[in-house]
Amino acid sequence: MEITNYLGLAAILFAIGATTVLLRRNAIVVFMGVELMLNATNLAFVTFARIHGDVTGQVLAFFVMVVAAAEVVVGLAIIITIFRSRRSASVDDVNLLQS
Amino acid sequence: MMQTLSLAPWLVAIPMAGALVLLVAGRRTDRWGHWLGVLASAATFVVGLVMLLDMLGTPADQRVGTRTVGTWIDSGPLHVDLGFQVDPLSMTFVMLVTFVGTLIHVYSVAYMDHDVDRRRFFGYLNLFVAAMLLLVLADSYLLLFVGWEGVGLASFLLIGFWDGKRANAVAGKKAFVMNRVGDMGLVVAMMLMLATFGAVDFGTVLPAAGEGATAAGQGTMTAIGLMLLLAACGKSAQLPLQAWLGDAMAGPTPVSALIHAATMVTAGVYLLVRSGPLLEAAPDAQLVIAIVGALTLLFGAVVGCAKDDIKKALAASTMSQIGYMMLAAGLGPVGYAFAIFHLLTHGFFKAGLFLGAGSVMHAMDDDVNMRRFGGLARLLPVTAITMGLGWLAILGVPPFSGFWSKDKIIEAAFVGEGWRPWVFGLTALLGAGITAYYMSRLFFMTFAGRRRWSDGGPGDDGAPVRHPHESPRLMTWPMIVLAVGSVALGGILAAGDRFVTWLEPVTGHAEHAEPVLPVWLLITLTLVLVVLGALLAFRQYAVAAVPVEPPPAPAVVRAARVDLHQDDVNEALVMLPGQYLTRSLVYTDRAAVDGGWLGLAGGIGRLGTRLRRLQNGYVRSYAATMLGGLGVVGIVVWALAS
Repeated sequence: MEITNYLGLAAILFAIGATTVLLRRNAIVVFMGVELMLNATNLAFVTFARIHGDVTGQVLAFFVMVVAAAEVVVGLAIIITIFRSRRSASVDDVNLLQS
Repeated sequence: MMQTLSLAPWLVAIPMAGALVLLVAGRRTDRWGHWLGVLASAATFVVGLVMLLDMLGTPADQRVGTRTVGTWIDSGPLHVDLGFQVDPLSMTFVMLVTFVGTLIHVYSVAYMDHDVDRRRFFGYLNLFVAAMLLLVLADSYLLLFVGWEGVGLASFLLIGFWDGKRANAVAGKKAFVMNRVGDMGLVVAMMLMLATFGAVDFGTVLPAAGEGATAAGQGTMTAIGLMLLLAACGKSAQLPLQAWLGDAMAGPTPVSALIHAATMVTAGVYLLVRSGPLLEAAPDAQLVIAIVGALTLLFGAVVGCAKDDIKKALAASTMSQIGYMMLAAGLGPVGYAFAIFHLLTHGFFKAGLFLGAGSVMHAMDDDVNMRRFGGLARLLPVTAITMGLGWLAILGVPPFSGFWSKDKIIEAAFVGEGWRPWVFGLTALLGAGITAYYMSRLFFMTFAGRRRWSDGGPGDDGAPVRHPHESPRLMTWPMIVLAVGSVALGGILAAGDRFVTWLEPVTGHAEHAEPVLPVWLLITLTLVLVVLGALLAFRQYAVAAVPVEPPPAPAVVRAARVDLHQDDVNEALVMLPGQYLTRSLVYTDRAAVDGGWLGLAGGIGRLGTRLRRLQNGYVRSYAATMLGGLGVVGIVVWALAS
């Protein structure tokens, strides 16, 4: 099996995640899209580490996981806070920061 | 060397101290301030007299000296000392300014008696005396310029002294602005001197003038000469900067006598005579000076014939007489001494005439319209006699002062070759005849004929009621002294060419040259013209009744009544183009400069408004923007890599 297929999978996953972020309105689903994009990136990192025989890519993947875990905590907390105050989880309702 | 040379700075310091005390101490000096002014002026006269006597006791070749007080400016190649030039020319001016000045100070004590601001008036008068003495005593053009501006300031303050009336304030401003035009000439002349000679003091510039002409070229010397002429025109009210003098009569009459007749307006003549060696290196400039003088002497004479305002008629006469002096100054060494001689005698008789006019105004409730005078000789005997003597002096009737000085100028104007002696000489001759006409007109309209005012009795319907009375002694005594000067000064100084010899250390020795016509013929012609002019005026204004309203007259008289349209000409040629220029500059500034920058700012503002719409608050559109940016980065990287 060609190792570049992993890169193709990573690209597909990233595209799905990006599309989710752009098209869905539910904040939880958008959040899941972001997670999907992060993991697609991780997959690309690991694949490149394998191709080049260099562990730097794998180390970076660990960093991304740690940061993503922290981000999930903060992000979910924000979403819940907004939901409590506005009774809505739609990202389009949170558009106060406009001109 | 003179022993009293060290007194020279005091000549400026004493009146300046008087002015400072009067102007700084203010109302506290109101009660005795006028006497302090008189004292300062008289003390200056005494100092001047001591120096004059010392100079007379010094051999002629040691009469020129400078008293350097210290270094004034020391900046690279420019080194100017604060120094005073003491020589026969400056001493002549010192005596004229302090003697006539002191008399006019005394006269003003009575003339300004009822003015609440008399103390301020005397402060300005002292300031004027100080500045005028600085002007004539300076040993460099730069220090002269300080005095030059000082007298301009004093003139401005005194013309507009009664500035409660708008016309007076406007007249002061007009004089100030027109003088500034002339001052630019002096500034440019100094710059040219600095470039040519590397100095602006008389001691360096004047002896080097001849070499300067060969080193720097004739054009530079002509330019310096013309710029000095421009300065002289501004200060001395010569064409084309003559328009301010008539309006300057808005000031109190003693001011007109001192500043605008006897001393300040003659500063231009002093400047030209002082700069004699420079002008001799520039014959073209000399010719222009003579032409300006000749034109102005006719201009002033023609205007003087039509004016009904006694002070404005005298102002036109002053302009005309200074024209004579300028003409003489433009004739070269042969004319310098006579220019100063006429300046001196003119200072006496014209100051006397102005003080007389002030006395008449004093008697006639400040009326200046001569058509409402008449028959005043018996009521104002002292004024009539003193003005009469001044009148005979300005006419040039022998043996009065004016005869000795003006006739010499006419003779000098007839000296030369080619067309010049005929043009200048005949102009001067004609001017003498017109002078006789307008001065006689002034005299007869005021003192002779039937009275055209009312004493309140019956039968004088419509005429203004006046109660003429002779002026107090404080006013008549200065007039008497000046009248004595008008009678005797010329003859005393002319005897044995005394005055010309006196000035020789400064003006140089001029070879006696024969006029193109014999001298006896010139004197006879002048006297015939003078008598004709006086007789014509006698017939029109003493024998015939003078209409109280200006009668219909030919076009030239109507033009002369409005100063030959000098204000219209100035407005059309200078003021309106200037206004259009400034307006178009303001418009260009608003439209192009302001418009450009405002347009740029507005454009950026509008661009910001457009860009602001991108900030719509929807997270997904931000995300799309980021994705788009990522795509752009990807394309660029791909394009660079391949």
